[in-house]
Amino acid sequence: MMNREGRPTAPTSTALDAGDAVRTTTGNRGLDIVEPLLFEVGGLEKCGVDLDLPEAPLNRLGDMERTGEIGLPGLSEPEAMRHYVRLSRRNYAIDMGVYPLGSCTMKHNPRLNERMARLPGFGDVHPLQPESTVQGALELIDTLAHWLKVMTGMPAVAMSPKAGAHGELCGMMAIRAALEARGDKRSVVLVPESAHGTNPATATYLGYKVRSIPARADGTVDIEEVRRNLGPDVAAIMLTNPNTCGLFERDIVEIAEAVHAAGAFFYCDGANFNAIVGRARPGDLGVDAMHINLHKTFSTPHGGGGPGAGPVVLSAALAPFAPLSFVIHDEKGFRLVENESDPAAGQAFGRLTAFHGQMGMFVRALSYMLSHGADGLRQASEDAVLNANYVRVGLEDLMNLPFGKRPSMHEVLFDDSFLKGTGVTTLDFAKAMIDEGFHPMTVYFPLVVHGAMLIEPTESESRGSLDQFVSALRNLVQAAKDGDTARFTGAPYYTPVGRLDETRAARQPVLRWRP
Amino acid sequence: MRYLPLNDADRQAMLDAIGVASVDELYADIPAKGRVEGLLDLPRRASEIEVERKLTRMAGRNVAASAVPFFVGAGAYKHHVPATVDHLIQRSEFLTSYTPYQPEISQGTLQYLFEFQTQVALLTGMEVANASMYDGSTGCAEAVLMAERVTKRNRSVLSGGLHPQYRAVVETLGRFGGSDIVSLPAALNGVEDIAAQIDDQTACVVVQTPNVFGEIVDLAPIAEAAHARGALLVAVVTEIVSLGALKSPGQMGADIVVAEGQSIGVGLNFGGPYLGLFATREKFLRQMPGRLCGETVDAQGRRGFVLTLSTREQHIRREKATSNICTNSGLCSLAFTIHLSLLGETGFRNLARLNHHNACLLADALATVPGVKVLNSRFFNEFTIETPKPGAEVIEALAERGVLGGVPASRLLPGDAAFANRIIVAATEVNSDEDRAAYVAALKEVLA
Repeated sequence: MMNREGRPTAPTSTALDAGDAVRTTTGNRGLDIVEPLLFEVGGLEKCGVDLDLPEAPLNRLGDMERTGEIGLPGLSEPEAMRHYVRLSRRNYAIDMGVYPLGSCTMKHNPRLNERMARLPGFGDVHPLQPESTVQGALELIDTLAHWLKVMTGMPAVAMSPKAGAHGELCGMMAIRAALEARGDKRSVVLVPESAHGTNPATATYLGYKVRSIPARADGTVDIEEVRRNLGPDVAAIMLTNPNTCGLFERDIVEIAEAVHAAGAFFYCDGANFNAIVGRARPGDLGVDAMHINLHKTFSTPHGGGGPGAGPVVLSAALAPFAPLSFVIHDEKGFRLVENESDPAAGQAFGRLTAFHGQMGMFVRALSYMLSHGADGLRQASEDAVLNANYVRVGLEDLMNLPFGKRPSMHEVLFDDSFLKGTGVTTLDFAKAMIDEGFHPMTVYFPLVVHGAMLIEPTESESRGSLDQFVSALRNLVQAAKDGDTARFTGAPYYTPVGRLDETRAARQPVLRWRP
Repeated sequence: MRYLPLNDADRQAMLDAIGVASVDELYADIPAKGRVEGLLDLPRRASEIEVERKLTRMAGRNVAASAVPFFVGAGAYKHHVPATVDHLIQRSEFLTSYTPYQPEISQGTLQYLFEFQTQVALLTGMEVANASMYDGSTGCAEAVLMAERVTKRNRSVLSGGLHPQYRAVVETLGRFGGSDIVSLPAALNGVEDIAAQIDDQTACVVVQTPNVFGEIVDLAPIAEAAHARGALLVAVVTEIVSLGALKSPGQMGADIVVAEGQSIGVGLNFGGPYLGLFATREKFLRQMPGRLCGETVDAQGRRGFVLTLSTREQHIRREKATSNICTNSGLCSLAFTIHLSLLGETGFRNLARLNHHNACLLADALATVPGVKVLNSRFFNEFTIETPKPGAEVIEALAERGVLGGVPASRLLPGDAAFANRIIVAATEVNSDEDRAAYVAALKEVLA
């Protein structure tokens, strides 16, 4: 006999209100599934790869052969798929929502770029294949170099640095090599207070003393302070422009002139180049070296923290010192200059990495540039700036602009004075944003303002998305001012884990699984 | 423009809201001298079809490794990467996320980093590993700097079997950082007496195994000699698959292990991005460069992971940081972890056996070619041959015959006459009987 009772089609009135009211037996919460570590689900005998091993493989390793097990757990293919898909769902991502990390430039990552990087002719070629078999790869590097030179107005570019900080190292090494070549020993590098931490770290690594340059009340570098600190001992200034307060250093030309007059070089941190592509060329402003984060300005994916790429454009004075390897073009086609003994090596200061740079990132960046073209690149910069200013005017009456109500570039900086007396900190505010479905902005950086909140929406956000974001932040500011403190101090509530004990992690480091 | 959500009506409405007449006003701080009027001298925007056409043609001018019998190694290896790996690393949540500075919404990244660090520690036989470096060569330079911090000495000795491009990276960083780098002449069979180079000022010795010529090096006596003088042993592994068959550097007494992880999950990519593996002993933890992921709990006692010990890093310590490194090689470490999870103990060891087996077959086959000598006494999946003709010419002639037969040693060691006729040859699991036969036939022709 058929069961005639159908399934209920409306919620029952006994449903609990709060999502967390039911403590599940598994610890899972619907789509939010707790996934154990690989070492807790895998097995030494499990394997997700079939290999055709001969019955009696040759073995000539003798006493160098490994004895005992390594201890690597394996998974079959479906288990591996499930394990990593479940992990992936515990991440926020650009593809999920607003990711306004100031200075990090979380713009859309076009998937065409991924497809291009995976063409066998790019993804499946070896860096030491004969040059005759990689002419297209060398042409790609040369083409990307051309675009970078035109965009920056600089005559040369070193392509091999692996990331922004690596590019800084490259640019500063070129500067030191150029100084040494003219027999000039200098010991100091000027770094503004608002600089990225990598700048002083790089200068110190190269043996320079770092002299910090204070900012003016308007958030830009004080040119008088620069002049006062310049002297025959100064090798370079490392300046970020637009700076980390989201402002264009309007005295940059005068700063460059003063730096050059003192016999020093001008290193520009190009982390924020995305604000000005197609609107201004660093070469025209007097820059001697600038790294370009391909993973910021040119959309190669951040991938949870790399890989990046940090080509460095160089002025004519620094170009001869560019590191190996680099691509040149002669009558026979493209070729690599890989060794100091090569007559084309010039005064190369050495080598920063094995092989020739982040080819996979080069393909993606060129794919992005070709897609945009000169017109699209300019439009992207303008939209990024427009979006940041739209957020600024949407929030400036409720949150505090430390440097007054003036236009910003591609990112806008607030301080935490609007939270004074609320019992809510910048960190609490950031965590409450997570509950609202947003990634927080960059917090506590730059160090020049108290409780910094640096918002960079990028050109990838629609107006509707920005309206929603601004509205959510306005509501949060109001909630903080209204004394709804627990919403902040206990946040985030709607994440797989709550705030984690970082003190414990640092005091009793557990950095690997142990049985 | 397909990537830009704003249309002109949006832009106008937003300009109105901001209270400016045009976007030019927002750029008013740029001095006139630096402004670009009009468009840059570059092509205009292009459709997906056009970009794909242009780049596909460019890619077509390269010979892909999978298209030919392929035996090129010397620091980068052609291995098979399961399709699952590439699918998973392209998940939006992994691909389009940032460094996990907000751990509550980054547990996916942080948990795999914890798994990765554990796998690297197990493979290398060390106690702790970081969340990766740019690549093996930069990791190698960072290891030397770390050894100098640990020992408070500044002289480092590089073995003649170290990959020449790794050596160049260490020498470059050493020169600028004030280290005294002693590089021993290139040597194939470990004839160098590296122990004799270690003195009381030596911070570390850097030894690669298998070395750039494919020769397996027993690190144990070198470790002993280093430790006797208070120096550290930095072991370098450019073919991580070898650790499925060979004793780990940790078992042989290494203090810091740096490796190139490209073989597992990453692919060739014409040299980058690659994946630097970095492992050491627990007691040196606070001198280790790079990011670290650690386990902890939330207020409810639930397990979670965070970036930790960041007081070593530049964004906190600025000029006092252990390294200026900001990025690691995140997505490549994910690819590595997934591929290694698919392999597991069984698969990884079988992979290593198969590589060694194929290399033995290849060495035997090449040795039958008149005039060709295999120079190694012990190798894993790579070895060096000597031919009667210059290696660069032989490789070029082989390429014309559709075989990519290895790396002429002269490309890495130009001007070193002893290596002019030598070729570094690698074999992996992707090589078939037909590939080997094609190599032998082509080489006979070239040398005839």
